[in-house]
Amino acid sequence: MFLDLFYGLRQQGVPVAIQEWQTFLRALEEGLHGSSLLRFYHLGRACLVKSETFFDAYDRVFAKVFKGVEGALGDKVTEEILEWLRDPKNFPNLSPEELAALERLSSDELMRKFLETLGEQTERHDGGGRWVGTGGKSPYGHGGQHPTGIRVGGEGKSRSAMKVAEERRFRDYRTDVTLDIRQLRVALRRLRELTRTGAETELDLDETIDETCKNAGEIELIFRAPRKNDVRVLLLMDVGGTMDPYHAPVSRLLTALHEERGLRELEAYYFHNCVYDAVYKTARMLRADAVPTGDIMRRLDPRWKVVFVGDAAMHPAELLEPNGQIDPRRTSETPGIYWLHQIAAHFDRGVWMNPEAPHDWNGYPTTRVIQRLFPMFHLSVDGLADAVQALVGTRT
Amino acid sequence: MAKSNGFLRFAGTPGYIASGPLVDAVNCAIALERPLLIKGEPGTGKTVLARHVAEGLGMPMISWHIKSTSKAADGLYVYDTVQRLNDSRFGTGDVSDIRRYIKHGPLGEAFAAPERRVLLIDEIDKADLEFPNDLLRELDEMRFTVLETGDEVVAKERPVVLITSNNEKELPDAFLRRCIFHFIEFPDVPLMRKIVAVHHPHLEAKLLDQVLIKFYWLREQQELRKKPSTSELVDWISALLKAGISPDQMEAHIPFLGALLKKEQDVDALQRYDERTGKYPQRWADLGPRYNQ
Repeated sequence: MFLDLFYGLRQQGVPVAIQEWQTFLRALEEGLHGSSLLRFYHLGRACLVKSETFFDAYDRVFAKVFKGVEGALGDKVTEEILEWLRDPKNFPNLSPEELAALERLSSDELMRKFLETLGEQTERHDGGGRWVGTGGKSPYGHGGQHPTGIRVGGEGKSRSAMKVAEERRFRDYRTDVTLDIRQLRVALRRLRELTRTGAETELDLDETIDETCKNAGEIELIFRAPRKNDVRVLLLMDVGGTMDPYHAPVSRLLTALHEERGLRELEAYYFHNCVYDAVYKTARMLRADAVPTGDIMRRLDPRWKVVFVGDAAMHPAELLEPNGQIDPRRTSETPGIYWLHQIAAHFDRGVWMNPEAPHDWNGYPTTRVIQRLFPMFHLSVDGLADAVQALVGTRT
Repeated sequence: MAKSNGFLRFAGTPGYIASGPLVDAVNCAIALERPLLIKGEPGTGKTVLARHVAEGLGMPMISWHIKSTSKAADGLYVYDTVQRLNDSRFGTGDVSDIRRYIKHGPLGEAFAAPERRVLLIDEIDKADLEFPNDLLRELDEMRFTVLETGDEVVAKERPVVLITSNNEKELPDAFLRRCIFHFIEFPDVPLMRKIVAVHHPHLEAKLLDQVLIKFYWLREQQELRKKPSTSELVDWISALLKAGISPDQMEAHIPFLGALLKKEQDVDALQRYDERTGKYPQRWADLGPRYNQ
């Protein structure tokens, strides 16, 4: 059962290693969970999970692993288990290589003992019934049943660990679905390429000391250029139509990019469905705001990073045929795909951020075509982190 | 402070309301001699915790506030080459003794101290990405060597290490693996009542109800870029008390909004809230039951 927790977490993508598992077992050995399942739950989380973004995964795994027993278990992990854990012969010294030892530790024996004690608990708790889904009727919700209780502050009411786990309060912290400006900024923080260019204004202390020594103690000051982020970003955003539902996430990305002080330069333009002869400086896309796409490519050198934001879903004619533009006010003799090819060829690195869920991408032929031109990532914190990697990381 | 099971236990202090899981996490870190990494929304009391852990355990505290320019080696010791160079040129002091120019950083100080210390490494995410990795060995073994003299500094008593992070950068996995982790959740209403009671023990119950309703309602508004935090709530209540705002005056609007919202866009957003969605609560008291369950 304990091992299920370990492997369950790994399966959910939580980076938990043997070292953390060992820490957890040591904590159990010290009796830090004080024979309460709720504290067992918190202890496990403190030792095994190192980011609140994985708390939701932990909750799900914990609920699953301990689901079969929670009714019986109540809020207690009995002395017997502790005894078993304290016995040194049951507790071989693990080294990271000894996966086998880990298996042995969480063997059937432990599982059997654990379940046995659970059985005893059932009787004492008078059945109690499953608490699942019964809201406030948890039979374990009475304060008196926390033997050690919570010593200071603490929750206003006692809750069982399972209930805490199933509540899934940390859903909003998941990075694969949510998009919070702060998290976006963290992801963007890696968008940097530090170079030393410009005026030599910073005192290089090490060099100064070296040179001074060579100079027999006569002080020789050496200056160098400060390190600066050299990343410039060209942001091209799809607006209107099918993008309307995604207004909030796109605007959060824009805010995060604007707030990212590290970027050397940022230019943002708008388009509708696909890029044609011109892109627009504002989301209203007035004729007066038009900037010829060709000009942008002439002006910006290939080191600029291109970030498209759009659903890439359109009628194939809009992408592939001349005058395919959906907006009747404008014509464009060159098909959109030509411009996308030009952009892909001109700039060294580009990515396409798609706000739609990745499993929907295959449904649109145009999405598949665009994916061949630009690596496509989901518009989420995780997706953005991968996109940043594609923009500045080493090429694979 | 109580000693049982052979290790010191932290049980909170009168000035700091800690949730049960937080107390457990602190004790887990003390018992296993691992650093405790604390994250949480700004203003949930991460830094203050260290002070109260030190107080609760009766140990002196050493804090190391990390800046973007901090280097891991600075925490161990600094070899003041420039001073030595200066002394050698102008002939003040004895330059032959390098030890005179070695100054311990916060980490070195905590190791060299005769008794156990609480070491706070504050806002570790402010430093460079590689910073935490550079501390791995020192935090593991609690020892380091001063390269210039060959002296080894070994911790006589392993300090209790608390590390806070504001989540501005991700921390390296190898570093995380060695830590016990606790995420300070935003306090719910009952806990918040206790926290407020610590700071404002004589607050009128009716005023507190109104204050909390407005505060939690504000936090629910999606339009806000920066949600108000606990410390802002405490400040806001101080302002209300100083101005002598009565519960009746509270009913109509939110006075001293500037104490809660720190961004101009947020204040604007709230002002335009009425016309845009029309969801501005008519009677604040009606929201009470929602937050008080």
